[in-house]
Amino acid sequence: MLYVGHTPQEEEHLLRTIGVKRFEDLIASIPESMRLKKPIAIPAGESEIEVRRLFQESERRNYDPRVVPSFLGGGIYDHVIPSVVNHIQLRSEFYTAYTPYQAEVAQGTLMTIFEFQTMICELTGMEVANASMYDAGSAAAEAVLLASGATGRRRILVARSLHPHHRAILETYGRPSGLEFVDVGGEEALTPDELRDVLDGETAALLVQQPSYLGAVESLGPLADAVHDQGGLLVVSADPVPLALLEAPGKQGADVVVGEGQSLGNPPSYGGPAAGFFATTMKLVRRLPGRLVGETVDADGRRGFVLTLQTREQHIRREKATSNICTNNNLIALGFTVTLALLGPRGLRKMAEQSLQKAHYLEERLAPLPGIRRQPEGAFFREFCLRLPVPASEAIAKIYAEAGILAGIDLGRVHRDWQDRLLVAVTEKRTREELDAYVEAMRRVVS
Amino acid sequence: MKSRDLRLIYDRSAPGHEGYRLPDLDVPEQPLDRILPKEALRAEPPLLPEVSEPEVVRHYIRLSTLNHHVDKDTYPLGSCTMKYNPKLNEDLCRLPGLAGIHPMAPEELAQGLLGLLHRFTGELAEIVGMDTVSLHPAAGAQGELLGIRLIRQYHDHRRNKKKTVIIPDSAHGTNPATARMVGYETVEVRSKEDGRLDLGALREVVNEETAGLMVTNPSTLGLFESEIAEASELLHSVDGLVYMDGANLNAMLGLTRPGDMGADMVHINLHKTFSTPHGGGGPGAGPLGIKAKLEPFLPVPVIVERDGRYLLDSDRPHSIGRLHPYVGNVGVILRAFAYIRSLGGDGLARISRGAILNANYLMKKIEEDYPVAKPGWCMHEFVSTLSWMRKQGVKNIDVAKRLLDHGVHAPTVSFPLIVPDCFMIEPTESESPTSLDRYAEILREIAREVREDPETVKSAPHRTPVRRLDEAGAARKLRVRWRPKPDGERGSND
Repeated sequence: MLYVGHTPQEEEHLLRTIGVKRFEDLIASIPESMRLKKPIAIPAGESEIEVRRLFQESERRNYDPRVVPSFLGGGIYDHVIPSVVNHIQLRSEFYTAYTPYQAEVAQGTLMTIFEFQTMICELTGMEVANASMYDAGSAAAEAVLLASGATGRRRILVARSLHPHHRAILETYGRPSGLEFVDVGGEEALTPDELRDVLDGETAALLVQQPSYLGAVESLGPLADAVHDQGGLLVVSADPVPLALLEAPGKQGADVVVGEGQSLGNPPSYGGPAAGFFATTMKLVRRLPGRLVGETVDADGRRGFVLTLQTREQHIRREKATSNICTNNNLIALGFTVTLALLGPRGLRKMAEQSLQKAHYLEERLAPLPGIRRQPEGAFFREFCLRLPVPASEAIAKIYAEAGILAGIDLGRVHRDWQDRLLVAVTEKRTREELDAYVEAMRRVVS
Repeated sequence: MKSRDLRLIYDRSAPGHEGYRLPDLDVPEQPLDRILPKEALRAEPPLLPEVSEPEVVRHYIRLSTLNHHVDKDTYPLGSCTMKYNPKLNEDLCRLPGLAGIHPMAPEELAQGLLGLLHRFTGELAEIVGMDTVSLHPAAGAQGELLGIRLIRQYHDHRRNKKKTVIIPDSAHGTNPATARMVGYETVEVRSKEDGRLDLGALREVVNEETAGLMVTNPSTLGLFESEIAEASELLHSVDGLVYMDGANLNAMLGLTRPGDMGADMVHINLHKTFSTPHGGGGPGAGPLGIKAKLEPFLPVPVIVERDGRYLLDSDRPHSIGRLHPYVGNVGVILRAFAYIRSLGGDGLARISRGAILNANYLMKKIEEDYPVAKPGWCMHEFVSTLSWMRKQGVKNIDVAKRLLDHGVHAPTVSFPLIVPDCFMIEPTESESPTSLDRYAEILREIAREVREDPETVKSAPHRTPVRRLDEAGAARKLRVRWRPKPDGERGSND
């Protein structure tokens, strides 16, 4: 019997020891009226090679990511994944272990989390980071809930440049508990002037994305000052790769920094699983959602690691918990940690610089094409938004058909008014040859 | 025992080392300050370790050896369903033509993946007896959040004035935490003596303001809620909805279905019942099965089939909006689908049958020393009470730690709260009779030790990589990140 530890003969032995004649005696508490009278109506089980065939056939009906250069981003990026990562993620010791509640036999997991927490603190410039969340969207939602709890206020200002899907998740999480969301700013980098009419003593937080969904590099310092003047918090949703070069939000006054860890060490996987990160100040640590690992000593006084401050969490605080989350997306966070361990400070910087340089190389050749302009126009990092003279969906289809390139995100799919917009992300994986082929294909589309 | 190497990757860092090589830049390089405003640039780089590839690999392999895990030995953690994680599933979720697909790729270039997800949705709905399933929740707790959010949307849509969610006192802590996140007051209802739902007590608290009931079946004590249908009827009589916590679904595959008990929704922990790995805390996935009356409110996008093509449908006016940035934890879902495809209906029924047999067998084997808290045959797990050990000065956590010395994992001891010195054991179907016999033997030996040499148990563990850890100290003096020593680049605290 597949995946079952005993044979039908051994079942007899189990029943005899238990002291019943038939298995049905054990489930007498299930009322007859609720018993399933016929087998579950799904196709019969299949052998390993048949199941494999089913998945491989599906694979062939998708584009082939091994040969199709992709310029898709928008929060999920196609950076290099070192070979080492998969070998570590596939260690049974890591992937078949549970949450490290029995710390004495889970030091391996706890130590990788402690390393992850340290790396997030370093990238974001914050004092404490948790063991990870589901994804950047729910992390942003948890961040504004924290801000509301910490300030006793309900109004959240949200920069229009936040990922539109994350913006929608804020509503799902926040509206039932009475949070009020006010959209601020436009497509260019947000300025304090744009906050003047809405930022007041009722504001719990300002939420800004760095770089913005459309690629703009935000200037966080003045925004932090403005919101702090009114007693509110600055929450930043930041992308970790640009943070190799961009000033750490914590150094610019952010109170909470969240973001998405997928892009370091993990494949897109159709958008999940990802790993949100969540970092804040020691002042707010008792409001932190999720798991946190701390260093301590054992009975012999030797170094060891444990889950700490568990009194914040749902399994102890129940309805008074900081969140209902009882997950750290550890395997994804492990991919992130191993990747950064391999890259080191120079490797990460190189990855960020190459993405930046190649994005600018491409933009300089696409933006001058007839009928195309970049919007927003300010500084960008490895992603930029183009307005096209044709619907973005049409350009994407043509460029894929003619050059076998995925040109970017059709923003018409995220916003009704953005049918002519294309969001283009460039990572270090794209070669000059691919960039040039992209430009040529786009030239044919617009001329 | 000899101290283990507990150095962190940062402790292994030495200047100049690198573990990965990127290709050289193949486009003309522009000065950074021409591309980015100077004030946007970092003043100092993030502190990251500098380690060669072989050292990185050795480090993480060394750390891995400090973990207990399912592939090593018994892991009977109650309510967590630590079953075997099939290797085929790991291979299939990593196929490049599935794992490499970007969520914003045009739908026509992702038909294979969308087709798999659509088919999985249908098969999972059939397994739990619901009309459809939302794949979006990234975890069980997010499945709960979606469930209660749907309850709220349902009532708002019908202009019902509802205020409360009823939760039994035996429930997992996520239940009340979730109800509060959605803005409902929670009403706790006491359980019967045997830990089951008390229909009488429930009648006393159900009224016109009741939005819904959250119920775990089988209960957290491993007992089937025999009166679940009556409880559902009671809730429906005030237009309340029944949310079933599917944490214990491993007890009922092929035997009965949440949808046939009157539940309006059930979340399904793919990382429990459907064999996807726990990964040291995640990622999991918590799809939510629902009845048709809740379908208009599902989060967007919903994968639909039209004329043989699969599409992402976001045009749903009554939807609650978005829960997940895309469509859920696809990598986890693919593993679970491989499991369901491998087993089929018969195979799944065998899984629950095996889980129930193993739990009752182990319960019987140890009942003299580990008396079960509530009498009767159990489903897939049982809860013993260790209160007799108190007179020896031994607590459940001590026995848990002593088990670690024997190379097996401990049961759950923090939960359920309604059993004193609880010991919640869920062996799962994966265990063989031999391994159950061995686990029972270890437990009996520890019980002997409690009687004859309680100090050894109280001071356990003795043979693990580290001894018992000072949790209170960790919370008192928070050290939550590595820091360099003030005098140099190394920061080891060993």
